[in-house]
Amino acid sequence: MGSNIYIAIVLCPLLASLVAGLGGRLVGRSGAHAVTIAGVGVSFLLSLLVLRDQLAPGSEPFNESVYTWLVTDGVRIQVGFLVDTLTALMMVVVTFVSLMVHIYTIGYMHDDPGYQRFFSYISLFTFAMLMLVMANNFMQLFFGWEGVGLVSYLLIGFWYTRPTAIFASLKAFMINRIGDFGFIVGIAMVLAHTGSLDYQQVFAQSAALGGMQIEVFAGMPWSVATVTCLALFVGAMAKSAQMPLHAWLPDSMEGPTPISALIHAATMVTAGVFMVARMSPLFEQSETAPAVVMAIGATTALLTGFIGIVQNDIKRVVAYSTLSQLGYMTAALGASAYAAGIFHLMTHAFFKALLFLAAGSVIVALHHEQDMRKMGGLRHHMPITYWTTLLGSLALIGFPGFSGFFSKDAIIEAVGLSSIPGAGYAYLCLLIGVFVTALYSFRMFFLVFHGEERLDAELRGHVRESPLVITLPLVLLAVASVASGWPFIESVVFGGYFGGSIVVDPAHAVLDELGREFHGPGAFVLHGLLGMPLLLAAAGVAVAWYAYMKEPSLPGRVRRKASVLYTLLVNKYYLDDLNEKVIVRGTRGVGTLLWRVGDMFLIDGAVVNGSARVVDWVAGRMRRGQTGYLYHYAFAMVIGLSILLGWILFKRA
Amino acid sequence: MITLTHYMALSALLFSISVAGIFINRKNVILLLMCVELLLLAVNFNFIALSRFMGDATGQVFVFFILTVAAAEAAIGLAIMVVLFRTRRSINVQELDVLKG
Repeated sequence: MGSNIYIAIVLCPLLASLVAGLGGRLVGRSGAHAVTIAGVGVSFLLSLLVLRDQLAPGSEPFNESVYTWLVTDGVRIQVGFLVDTLTALMMVVVTFVSLMVHIYTIGYMHDDPGYQRFFSYISLFTFAMLMLVMANNFMQLFFGWEGVGLVSYLLIGFWYTRPTAIFASLKAFMINRIGDFGFIVGIAMVLAHTGSLDYQQVFAQSAALGGMQIEVFAGMPWSVATVTCLALFVGAMAKSAQMPLHAWLPDSMEGPTPISALIHAATMVTAGVFMVARMSPLFEQSETAPAVVMAIGATTALLTGFIGIVQNDIKRVVAYSTLSQLGYMTAALGASAYAAGIFHLMTHAFFKALLFLAAGSVIVALHHEQDMRKMGGLRHHMPITYWTTLLGSLALIGFPGFSGFFSKDAIIEAVGLSSIPGAGYAYLCLLIGVFVTALYSFRMFFLVFHGEERLDAELRGHVRESPLVITLPLVLLAVASVASGWPFIESVVFGGYFGGSIVVDPAHAVLDELGREFHGPGAFVLHGLLGMPLLLAAAGVAVAWYAYMKEPSLPGRVRRKASVLYTLLVNKYYLDDLNEKVIVRGTRGVGTLLWRVGDMFLIDGAVVNGSARVVDWVAGRMRRGQTGYLYHYAFAMVIGLSILLGWILFKRA
Repeated sequence: MITLTHYMALSALLFSISVAGIFINRKNVILLLMCVELLLLAVNFNFIALSRFMGDATGQVFVFFILTVAAAEAAIGLAIMVVLFRTRRSINVQELDVLKG
């Protein structure tokens, strides 16, 4: 297949975005959604073709540069596409979820004045995300990385009249700047030590990178691969919201729900996971980096899950759940189970997008009420949303046979088998995380759909199921959530699906070890039925049922008994306060100091205004000499002439 | 016997008187103009004296030039003064301080 198809996949959403965004009244509301859905739809169909092509036996990865932007000192900065099985999978996931979200948005944003702007943004996002996943060099990866970051910023602050939305978008932007700093340092390390930005050339030299040493701090030589990977991972931490750079993701829920589903659950936040998987040849060269990755992922998976239990905003519960699941993926990457991480990325994209869109459906039905304490008993009014949410939740907690079960169990088993430092800790975190996941998922489920109706008085009796444009994506995503596990686990996780696109050092190859005990998905389910994770998940559901259905006074009592713990969780471990009070205020303090002393006092005061003031003072003295009287000027002239003449005469003498 | 020194002394005296007149006079612009004339005459005096004693007629030619210029200057000066008086209703030197800084 030539490169034209890849160019078309990338450009269709971009063109649609431009038409919808700049067309204004020429395009209109229905024109905007028609053109963007058509653009993304074409991309989706072509992506399917590409995937089919990559799956065909004997197919080779496509790697070609289509445009050279500039050449400087031997470094070529190019636009090019590397399409292998990993990329093809990501392309299908991104375009599919994006297509679903486009359709869903017709219903969700129906009354919004920014309708066209919204469609333009999400199509632009699809373009940037595709550029990111299809890149064949670090520069294009960075371009896509920044592109999705920009659209994320624009969409979190989509309702720009709300101060909270502006704050949240700024927060996301700032935290991602920290990550991008690390990311660009990583790219610079790669360029400095390999002299190339092209994946293929860099990966070919990855073994050499592992052998090189660099002294970041004098006297402490580190492996170049470790430093590079850690720097790149800082970028992934911000983008994929890993602790401690996770604080922006819960706040990003200020944006409209469709983008929470598309950007902040299914695609953009997984860019970090994708990037690490793509960089697997580099990460495998390092001993330290995977351990760090795993520890951070596991910690995030557990701690953010805990916060999810105490949230009352329906979208925030899903947001913390996303954080937690991203932690699972990251932990899998740390354990060198890249395939399992990517597999979880795919299944998570489906069920988390589903959960977000279902939450959005509830929010629309309740006229933008997001507080779960004011919901309850909605299962009679919204049957489609109810059933799809149930399927999504079951997939999330890892109900046997559902997609989440396969991907999550594979991760847990892989981490359990891993022998790198910190694997025991990570395994424990992930196991407890299973219980926590089940608890918050079904807490949300029961609070929203079961129990007594706690709706506001004016909403009672007016709650209707959402229109088809909302329920259709829900149903399609539910199908994907349920069915994307069983048929694919064998090839994606244990088979050679990824082929050469993911490199695993034989010493870390936990998935191969797992694969030896893998005897088909059916046996995997049977094995899972006996395992710890299922018991823990069942326990989580049972606790949720008991606490929120059977004995609704229990949570209040627990809260009073464990008030310290509760306060800690409600305040998100005070990490936000640490950010705002210490880091932000400290930075602002330093900034104010430099501004006052350096800028205001030294530059403005001494240099700029100071010189002006000296001139002013001198002129003030000199103007006294200008009396305006003719005889003074004449006198000065004569005196001056006399002095001049005298000087000439006496000098001669 | 009247020597060159006497002539030059008289010339210097006239020059000094006219310069002093320019400085000291604070009332009348006409006096100022007259002082300028006297200044020029003092110079002329020098020219003629030196021309006579050195036997060179060039100095006397210069005097004619200077007298012409002085006449023109007086005419322009008086004209300016008339215009000045029309606008300011005064030719008092002490009141003419528009250039004051």
